[in-house]
Amino acid sequence: MKEPLWKKLTPGSVVLEAGSAVKFKTGSWRAFRPKFIEENCIHCLFCWMFCPDMAVIVKDGKMTGFDYDYCKGCGICAFECPGKKGNKAIVMEEEGK
Amino acid sequence: MAKIVAVTGNEAVAEALRQINPDVCAAYPITPATDLMQRFAGFVSNGKVDTELVLVESEHSAMSACIGAAAAGGRVATATSSQGLALMWEMLFIAAGNRLPIVMPLVNRALSAPLNIHGDHSDSMGARDSGWIQLYSENAQEAYDNTVQAFRIAENMDIRLPVMVCLDGFIISHSIERVEYIDDKDVKNFVGEYKQMNPLLDMDKPKSYGPLILPDLYMEYKRAQHEVMTKVKDVVLNVAADFEKLSKRKYGLFEAYRLDDADIALVILNSAAGTAKDVVDQFRNKGIKAGLLKPRLFRPFPYEEVADAIKNVKAICVMDRADSFGAYGPLFIELCGVALHLQERPLMINKIYGLGGRDFMPDQAELVLNELVEIAKTGKIKTVKEYIGVRE
Repeated sequence: MKEPLWKKLTPGSVVLEAGSAVKFKTGSWRAFRPKFIEENCIHCLFCWMFCPDMAVIVKDGKMTGFDYDYCKGCGICAFECPGKKGNKAIVMEEEGK
Repeated sequence: MAKIVAVTGNEAVAEALRQINPDVCAAYPITPATDLMQRFAGFVSNGKVDTELVLVESEHSAMSACIGAAAAGGRVATATSSQGLALMWEMLFIAAGNRLPIVMPLVNRALSAPLNIHGDHSDSMGARDSGWIQLYSENAQEAYDNTVQAFRIAENMDIRLPVMVCLDGFIISHSIERVEYIDDKDVKNFVGEYKQMNPLLDMDKPKSYGPLILPDLYMEYKRAQHEVMTKVKDVVLNVAADFEKLSKRKYGLFEAYRLDDADIALVILNSAAGTAKDVVDQFRNKGIKAGLLKPRLFRPFPYEEVADAIKNVKAICVMDRADSFGAYGPLFIELCGVALHLQERPLMINKIYGLGGRDFMPDQAELVLNELVEIAKTGKIKTVKEYIGVRE
């Protein structure tokens, strides 16, 4: 007889594998999507600092875009973005539009 | 060599904690448990133990700190009463759900309102479904013995669940009794070295406690939690057998007092069982076959074993020192569960007594036993649930 699933669980729901949150793609929760407008970016990296996930991709000290597998669309990056001359480098757009 | 002393219940339990020397203890004072932790804090200050005593701002924080310390990989204890336990409420379920073997003496006290500091079981009964193992203690000796055994039960590698050791506020916590202490080294040997299970501080094996478990697995974790509880009875009995070798004191899942050939019986928890046993003796002297069952392990509840113990009893009164307003008392409801395991069930009544520290007097037990004699004779129950010792 096959052992039921509940008998195979770790006691106390302890997760024994480090970094396994990477398997949980939370991007599907998104209702609004951050759009990166590169010409308005001063690469202050506020978006990277404020992102509650790790969804802002930075390469060689420069903001390059978003990891949409994990971005939940909270909009904090767009809110914090100082932009350039009054124009935001991140704007939120409704998904599916 | 055992040492015979005259101590209060709180003093006896604090002594057990000193002998066990837990790694971490986070507690917040609340009457009547204050004095227990105050004594233990004295042991910490005087270097008698090397426990890390964490001063917290509430019982919610106390249990939270205990959970963190237990997950980190430490042997952990705390103590509380009444409102303190109520404030720990959400953390109790987390301690049990995370399978953390925390030991907590609970000095039973009534819940507010109206505000009251005296002993009844409304606090622990309110926490009966939290997933904690609950042991009840009649006197200071049992509170001491249960505390020592609780660590072995909680820390068993097949169990890993928190244990609450209940003793009656003031009646036991603040009254001086004769208690036999076991030698420090024997207690240490009995409890043994603490064995860790998935400690957070094992940096080579990083892990997470408390993940989000959605509907796809939550029910499986709860099913597994129930399964662990089914193993507790055997562990409690094995630990009790080892404890008997050490102390010559016998413990089981419950105490059956003159119950073998009893026609009528009381089912009663904690200190009031002591008073009731005296009255049972008086009825026996009159030639009436009275008996008593005092549950020790209340969670998990040993339904089959209690059923076997009461199978020949004609009439039973289940005495509750806690109430469920608009329902039967919590212990009575368990006995209804027991009755399901019997072909012929005894006639059962429920008395609510001793709320908010109202004294349970021998004449109350006498009144109840006389009613049981009448019920056994006539087969008729007038009222299932009644309050006794209520002022006219």
